[in-house]
Amino acid sequence: MPESLGPKVYSWLDERLGLSPILELALKKRVPDHKHSFWYYWGGITLFFFIVMCFTGVLLLLYYRPGDGAYESVQQINTQIKFGWLIRSIHSWSANLMVAAAFVHMFSTFFMKAYRAPREFLWWSGFGLLSLAMVFGFSGYLLPMDDLAYFATKVGLSIPAVMPVVGPWIADLVRGGPDITAYTISRFFALHVVILPALFIPLLLLHLGLVQQHGMSIPESEQQKPEAERKSIPFFPNFVFKDLAVWLVALNVLALLAVAFPWPLGPAADPLAPAPADIHPEWYFMSSFQILKAFGGWFPGVVGEFLGIAFFNAGVVLWALVPLFDPNTKSGQWGRRVTWFGFVVLAVLIVTTIWGYAVLPAVAH
Amino acid sequence: MSENQNTSGSTEQGASSERRTFLKVAACGVGAAWAGMVGYPIYRYIASPVEEAASADVVTEVEVEKGAELPKNAALMFKFGTKPAMLIHHDDDTWSAFLAVCTHLGCTPAYQPEEKRIFCPCHSGVYDAHSGANVAGPPPKPLPQFKVAVADGKVVVSRA
Ligand code: HEM
Ligand code: FES
Repeated sequence: MPESLGPKVYSWLDERLGLSPILELALKKRVPDHKHSFWYYWGGITLFFFIVMCFTGVLLLLYYRPGDGAYESVQQINTQIKFGWLIRSIHSWSANLMVAAAFVHMFSTFFMKAYRAPREFLWWSGFGLLSLAMVFGFSGYLLPMDDLAYFATKVGLSIPAVMPVVGPWIADLVRGGPDITAYTISRFFALHVVILPALFIPLLLLHLGLVQQHGMSIPESEQQKPEAERKSIPFFPNFVFKDLAVWLVALNVLALLAVAFPWPLGPAADPLAPAPADIHPEWYFMSSFQILKAFGGWFPGVVGEFLGIAFFNAGVVLWALVPLFDPNTKSGQWGRRVTWFGFVVLAVLIVTTIWGYAVLPAVAH
Repeated sequence: MSENQNTSGSTEQGASSERRTFLKVAACGVGAAWAGMVGYPIYRYIASPVEEAASADVVTEVEVEKGAELPKNAALMFKFGTKPAMLIHHDDDTWSAFLAVCTHLGCTPAYQPEEKRIFCPCHSGVYDAHSGANVAGPPPKPLPQFKVAVADGKVVVSRA
């Protein structure tokens, strides 16, 4: 191939697509380098798992059938289709690792105070992304329609049902009736593969666009240094290659987990069978599940449920509004208090999650 | 990268460009290995039904259910492997069986008892009911024929 073809093709494309300014920007861009730089990789790790989810999700669509035969189709994927168990295992593991990485990413941006002006919308769009990711998880959990999926969804949907007046009405609409049936699977399926991606992807593009627009934030310890002492590395190729190396590690971890612990499929859901004794939601709902259970124990009746929901929602709203009550002032007393608030939230999440697992009865599957 | 090239002598320059070629080849090799490792299971996953159909197609013999009950001058469709096939009981009490895939563009033809012929409605192709020979219309080749064995009230069709 003639050496000159490359530049020729490039200039042909450049004239039509205007690539030069973008390329220049990418070459000029620098990423701060300091002792907390490690945390800059977590958004990218979350992104990697999301890309894996999209690919494996489309592959699962080749054989998954929503509706009455849902369980049988997942069984077929697991036992009959070559490497079906692997694709399914990777999709499920990637979902969990993505939520985990998003939590790490959220707390690291929180403690680095990356939500401060002008990055408020990064925080809010990220908050929206994590919420959508959790709905992704909840809707995906039902799709195989095994016994754990069935009962976890049943319990999960009984939470909005305790909201006064509108609660039962909303729960019925989401389920497509008073019970979980093939209608529910089809609804969750539409949500999982069409509606959620249609919301998630534009929000993700906004999130990533804002990162480009504002550049990476630098933590306070760096801001105090004079400009000349701050270090940075070029975005291309240094940061991109490091990012790719991190993705390779993420891929390895994912593959190891998916192969060593293939995602299980329980017995088919049977509405007449008693719920499994160790019924529980996915780990990222465990904290809210346990908080509701605890309040229910402290305050019997509807009062307990209501207080539990109120406590939890108050925390979530405060968390979302953090950029408003910790704006970019010269840090000090107030800023440190907000940091402490973050530690308290993190502690409550971890403690209630461990507590939730600790009180589960041991059941051999 | 370019700094050390500008300041170094020509021998060192040769060594570093050699090293760079080596690194490039190594990176490409590792990349290809990774792509293969990721691509192989994905390919097998997507191709799974194709492989399954291929293994169903190695069938060499099929017993036609209720074949013996077929009256004279009538035909019965059955599955040979994954493909449609046709069993015909002729007036003279002989039997024929064909792969029921038109050799023109793949439609499924039908036996016509009035004309005693096999007719493909897609482009009006006609085959002989005894031999499967293409006698009229666009079909370029005869229908592939099977062997038929009738015994003990059973009809067994096998590859010729
Ligand atoms: C769920 C999917 C998410 C994806 C795919 C994602 C992706 C990314 C990426 C690639 C970056 C740039 C690199 C980095 O700073 O790590 C970033 C930055 C950022 N993200 Fe996210 N993110 C997600 C969720 C969240 C959440 C839940 C929050 C917080 C509520 C959040 C808040 C931020 C902030 C404040 C920044 C700017 C960081 C800085 O400038 O230092 N993101 N995100
Ligand atoms: S396909 Fe049968 S005649 Fe054309």
